[in-house]
Amino acid sequence: MDDALSAEAEIVPDRPGALREFWFYFRENRGAVIGLWIFAVFALLAVFGPWIAPHSATQQFRADALVPPVWQDGGSWKYILGTDPLGRDMLSRLIVGARFSFFVGIVVVVVAATGGILVGLVAGFAPKWLDSIIMRIMDIILAFPSLLLALVLVAILGPSLTNAMIAIAIVLQPHYVRLTRASVLSERQKDYVTSARVAGAGYFRLMFITVLPNCLAPIIVQGALSFSTAILDAAALGFLGMGAQPPTPEWGTMLAEAREFILRAWWVVTFPGLAILVTVLAINLMGDGLRDALDPKLKRS
Amino acid sequence: MTDTPVMQATDLQRHYEVSGGFLRKPRVLKAVAGVDFQVTPGKTLAVVGESGCGKSTLARMVAMIEEPTEGTLTLNGKPVHPADWADLRQSVQIVFQDPYGSLNPRQRIGAILMEPLVINGGLTRPERETKAREMLKLVGLRPEHFDRYPHMFSGGQRQRIAIARALMLDPKVLVLDEPVSALDLSIQSAILNLLLGLQERLQLAYLFISHDLSVVRHVADEVIVMYLGRAVEKGPKDALFAAPQHPYTVALLSATPQADPTGVKKRIKLKGELPSPLAVPDGCAFAPRCWKVQDRCRRERPLLGDAPHAAACFFPENQG
Repeated sequence: MDDALSAEAEIVPDRPGALREFWFYFRENRGAVIGLWIFAVFALLAVFGPWIAPHSATQQFRADALVPPVWQDGGSWKYILGTDPLGRDMLSRLIVGARFSFFVGIVVVVVAATGGILVGLVAGFAPKWLDSIIMRIMDIILAFPSLLLALVLVAILGPSLTNAMIAIAIVLQPHYVRLTRASVLSERQKDYVTSARVAGAGYFRLMFITVLPNCLAPIIVQGALSFSTAILDAAALGFLGMGAQPPTPEWGTMLAEAREFILRAWWVVTFPGLAILVTVLAINLMGDGLRDALDPKLKRS
Repeated sequence: MTDTPVMQATDLQRHYEVSGGFLRKPRVLKAVAGVDFQVTPGKTLAVVGESGCGKSTLARMVAMIEEPTEGTLTLNGKPVHPADWADLRQSVQIVFQDPYGSLNPRQRIGAILMEPLVINGGLTRPERETKAREMLKLVGLRPEHFDRYPHMFSGGQRQRIAIARALMLDPKVLVLDEPVSALDLSIQSAILNLLLGLQERLQLAYLFISHDLSVVRHVADEVIVMYLGRAVEKGPKDALFAAPQHPYTVALLSATPQADPTGVKKRIKLKGELPSPLAVPDGCAFAPRCWKVQDRCRRERPLLGDAPHAAACFFPENQG
């Protein structure tokens, strides 16, 4: 037909691949890159923890209880970060504990996001009455202080790490529902959804193939941010004795166990607390960078 | 070629309920308040009118996106019921105004073109791909565009893709909802010529929605002029443009820019605002803005006759 118009495409330069473009914007945010590195170390520890750790996480060196860290008087290179009241090596416990926190984060985010996306999609496509019912239920869940609700759920289900994860996932789910529903409602108005409908697409196809991929960016960011919330909540539940049970080297549980020694041996509470702080901070920084990199409105052309 | 209409609409209406506020009775907004038309293969029926007159609602009803509140729509002589939409959809496809919103940004062009075939089944993967590539060629795009994403294309090219997608199911009727109004003038003519070429080749019936009279003059065979949800004038393009009968059409035509600097231009300026579609006047809807208005216009609603070129007016212009 008319070649002049087809030649328009030549003027448009080939855009870089999606991944490279993402990295370009992500790199702009220095905090996010640092967060990413810390997160990578954290993930490495979670995977290879038991092989990296100098000692077993549960082995008790009865003779060496409450040994201070290596730089303090009485510390030894055998226990770099000291030992806890039962003579277990702190560093080993922290390294192995990363695995539990990572596990909690992944499981909670996957469960909450899957459930939340499904419910959010249904709410976005459902008739108004069903949408209202779903959203009011989510509002009720959100109205409770999240930790309190998780605590109640664990109290009902019984204290264990698995139940704590279930409880945290339920508490985090409404955020995903709201986010998904909001994106679905705005995407649904667009003409490409209507034209898929005119082509005969059923609700299932519209939901998962047409609309969902276009709603994913904010959900990914929320996933990264709630990863840290999940770790924090799991630690809090562990601290309250409702999460992982001793002798599991979970960071929150470690804090709780060491509470009574807080004045006598500062290292037993400080290091697990620092581990939680650094991890959560790193993931939040990374989530921020992710949000900026995935938000098309902040992109330069 | 036959002159039997492929699609026929009788007294097509679409009402919306507008809530008047808390504890107040919802009011009925008649977006389309009774339109009759028919479209024939190889011909273009253009619907013109200003914003809010119900053109797009009409297009959405014809494309089976919205259910008519009243009236019947027949396709190939068979009445269209919402229960049969799934089967009849393939015969009616739509091209939207905004080429930036009508393509899924996460799908490659190939996937966009093949999607209607995937949904409606019947073809194997290689067959689908062959057909999609043929269609790409038919609308004037090149084979290498097959694997690109929509954001890599200009508006005109996107509209070509949208047209190609609409044609993938071999429809009988193509609804064009302002297909060129979002495009540059130079691209507009290219797209219009593409549409005319495709119509000739595939014997498509077009329902062409537009507010641009110069575009309509270029593509239409028959024209319907709508005002506040009703057809006020209908007729063959030449007759309607040469001798408009309804005062509204006369005013509309007088507002079209002309490319002839020596031509005498008499611009009719309409007074007043478009009445709210929630409170359409009892008589002729155009009465409050008409310069020929008489008492009868305010009492009685003039009807559109059955003549090939007819206007819903008691005192039409250019008679005889």
